[in-house]
Amino acid sequence: MGIKFSLTVVIALVLAAFLGVQAAGMTYLFGVIIPYLAVFIFLLGVVYRVITWARSPVPFRIPTTAGQQKSLPWVKQNKLDNPSSTAGVVGRMLLEVLLFRSLFRNTKFELHQGPKVVYQWEKWLWLAGLLFHWCFFVILLRHLRFFTEPVPFFVLMTDRLDGMLQLGLPGVYLTDAIFILAVTYLFIRRVIIPQVRYISLPADYFPLFVLLGIGITGILMRYFLKVDVVRVKELAMSLVTLQPKVPDGIGVLFFIHLFLFSTLFAYFPFSKLMHLGGVFLSPTRNLPNDSRMKRHVNPWNYPVKVHTYEEYEDHFREKMIEAGLPVEKE
Amino acid sequence: MAKVPKPNELVIDHKLPQTGWMDTPVVFRPGTFSYPGKPKNLEVVGLPNPREWSPMDEDWKLPDNWKEIILEGLRERLERFRSLRVFMDICVRCGACADKCHFYIGSGDPKNMPVLRAELLRSVYRKDFTTAGKVLGRIAGARELTVDVLKEWFYYFFQCTECRRCSLFCPYGIDTAEITIIGRELLNLVGLNIDWVVGPVANCYMNGNHLGIQPHAFKDMIEFFVDEIEAVSGVRVEPTFNRKGAEILFITPSGDVFADPGTYTLMGYLMLFHELGLDYTWSTYASEGGNFGFFTSHEMMKRLNAKMYAEAKRLGVKWILGGECGHMWRVINQYMDTMNGPADFLEEPVSPITGTRFDNAKSTKMVHIVEFTADLIRNGKLKLDPSRNDHLRVTYHDSCNPSRGMGFFEEPRYVIQSVCNNFFEMPPETTREQTFCCGSGSGLNNDEFMEMRMRGGLPRANAARYVQEKHDVNMMACICAIDRAVLVTSLNYWAPGVGVTGVHELVGNALVMKGEAERTTDLRGEPLAGMEESDDEDL
Repeated sequence: MGIKFSLTVVIALVLAAFLGVQAAGMTYLFGVIIPYLAVFIFLLGVVYRVITWARSPVPFRIPTTAGQQKSLPWVKQNKLDNPSSTAGVVGRMLLEVLLFRSLFRNTKFELHQGPKVVYQWEKWLWLAGLLFHWCFFVILLRHLRFFTEPVPFFVLMTDRLDGMLQLGLPGVYLTDAIFILAVTYLFIRRVIIPQVRYISLPADYFPLFVLLGIGITGILMRYFLKVDVVRVKELAMSLVTLQPKVPDGIGVLFFIHLFLFSTLFAYFPFSKLMHLGGVFLSPTRNLPNDSRMKRHVNPWNYPVKVHTYEEYEDHFREKMIEAGLPVEKE
Repeated sequence: MAKVPKPNELVIDHKLPQTGWMDTPVVFRPGTFSYPGKPKNLEVVGLPNPREWSPMDEDWKLPDNWKEIILEGLRERLERFRSLRVFMDICVRCGACADKCHFYIGSGDPKNMPVLRAELLRSVYRKDFTTAGKVLGRIAGARELTVDVLKEWFYYFFQCTECRRCSLFCPYGIDTAEITIIGRELLNLVGLNIDWVVGPVANCYMNGNHLGIQPHAFKDMIEFFVDEIEAVSGVRVEPTFNRKGAEILFITPSGDVFADPGTYTLMGYLMLFHELGLDYTWSTYASEGGNFGFFTSHEMMKRLNAKMYAEAKRLGVKWILGGECGHMWRVINQYMDTMNGPADFLEEPVSPITGTRFDNAKSTKMVHIVEFTADLIRNGKLKLDPSRNDHLRVTYHDSCNPSRGMGFFEEPRYVIQSVCNNFFEMPPETTREQTFCCGSGSGLNNDEFMEMRMRGGLPRANAARYVQEKHDVNMMACICAIDRAVLVTSLNYWAPGVGVTGVHELVGNALVMKGEAERTTDLRGEPLAGMEESDDEDL
């Protein structure tokens, strides 16, 4: 159900952009209004989400410790997987955010006759996830060439490196190819692994289809059904300088590409894609394991009813005296 | 009570149901759920809605406004716990956690995949706390909170041992323990809990320990072990109770006072402290290291834990030494000081024997017995004869809570390898931070839940069988009282021939004491290696 629904929505989005631009000529709507709106929703939504998260306190220090704690001086601490200092936490978070440290641990379990439980090597999810995220990042970075004049050196450099294979004309970007492969893998895996399919919601397929749509339209534009890049840049520059103007003669494919991306952007804050922000606020990862050394304060800690020693002794005094246990009141 | 199928009859099927998980109702099959809390136990600690009820009944006798209570409770907790708020929002359902859960591995029930366990709560969160869920409903993965959903929560939140293995593999650190803890907290608001948790909580509250041992009986039981120790070693140890002015207060789980094989670990403590001449005292008021309040609610955890500091203050000790226990140490490491500190009436712990300052415990002022002993051994303060453990071929089970809630890996290994000559590790996917739960943690170690316990215990026991076949391992050491109580059963079920021991039982065996008689048996009365023959001659 999730697949069909999500696919239908994405196809409808593509058609909407196609008809809107091609038949109704609404280039200003799709080229200016919607992108602006999307950026607005994205920024506002993300800020709202992060503030909502941040407003809930972290009452307890609950890192998942994944290595040796800091204890006796001769016991070697695992400073990255079980940090006890801020520097350690920064290191752990960098590994987590940049290299997906936790996912790298992944294994796959199999039940053999016996029963016998075995654990298989399984790094494909990690690899595809990592490649997808990094490629997406590089592609976004490359797109800055449309929004800047002069184009900064790091964008040019990324562009150069990415296209270093120099296959075909215009040169094939490595990231384009890997992006499509990785997203496709993530989709296929979701469909063919029964457990993953069972847990999947429409909200899991939808972003994958949108991403594929963005990737495919992008590749089509660059390599096959070319659009006028000079005019695209003209539009992009007009958008960033807040003097929006849609030049004539940009192919409809571009508007589909832009519309899908706007959709992704506007959808972002309301969806699981917020894991981008959430990972930084995850209390099992971003706290040092130092709560025996340094008191962690819970802002809403409140007094509770306890059974005091006095009540306890009152209850058991005679038995205690008889057993020779010391008491406060004879 | 349901009969547990034999290991070869137990069907483990990972095939998924034809229906989606929201359309698959929960079935309460005997052997897979725990009995509900008895009203008298709820009343002792003032938990809401005490009544007789059964999960098998249609009517769970909920308060009329149960839904309001739960949703209000959820709102409150979303505002109190960033963990909950973030974990509700960011799961991408990648499935990395799915096969990391011992209950999923052993049962094949898809709702035991951590991701789905969390979705049980998340779907309700979406419906009532997110715009998308309100508008789009099921398309957005949202669903109405109904009695059936509540029943599902009860079933699956009491089918999670809060071991946090899944959180280790989650790319965002989503911790199912956190979800389960809060889920159980919500259930408790309308009187849904299990007696194996509420009973010990009530006992602990009134009598000082989970087992409800009264002060005079507690003293009696420990003194029984004093005799046992004398019988084995010829040395008479002299523990003290509720003694003011002692330097150290010692607190350990009451399970070790009560039943084998934990009692042998307790004997190990007594022997060690005697040999050191440690100025320490037991307390009958704070006679529980564990904390089943942790399996009820954050508030109940705090109410029970409060006794440790209160008693340390009353007795005027300098610091607290804690015994071998799993969840006890998660509570001490990650909650105690925050909840019931600051312990400014205590001193930073210093070992009176070695002078070592335990800087890592300078705020809580509570030291783990295995840290303490490791430091003693490192400084050459103990005379040890590891050959007295030569009849044992030992492996080590990392208990979940000290592993993933603390990072306690090298200290116990160091101690074991100092007191044993034969030590073998289980496969790395099942040890240290990746360790598997015993299958009965977080208050699920009751008899009526036995089938599920054996299922959940499979991965751990399977790794034990692996080293049993490969290295003739016959003993699994651990530092958790629940482990000691339950691994015996699950190993007997899946890997017969492997026993269970605490680390300090091994220490007790190896410890050469001043004035001791020649030992012919270990603490259990089993003949030492090389002593079996002389036994035969006697016959």
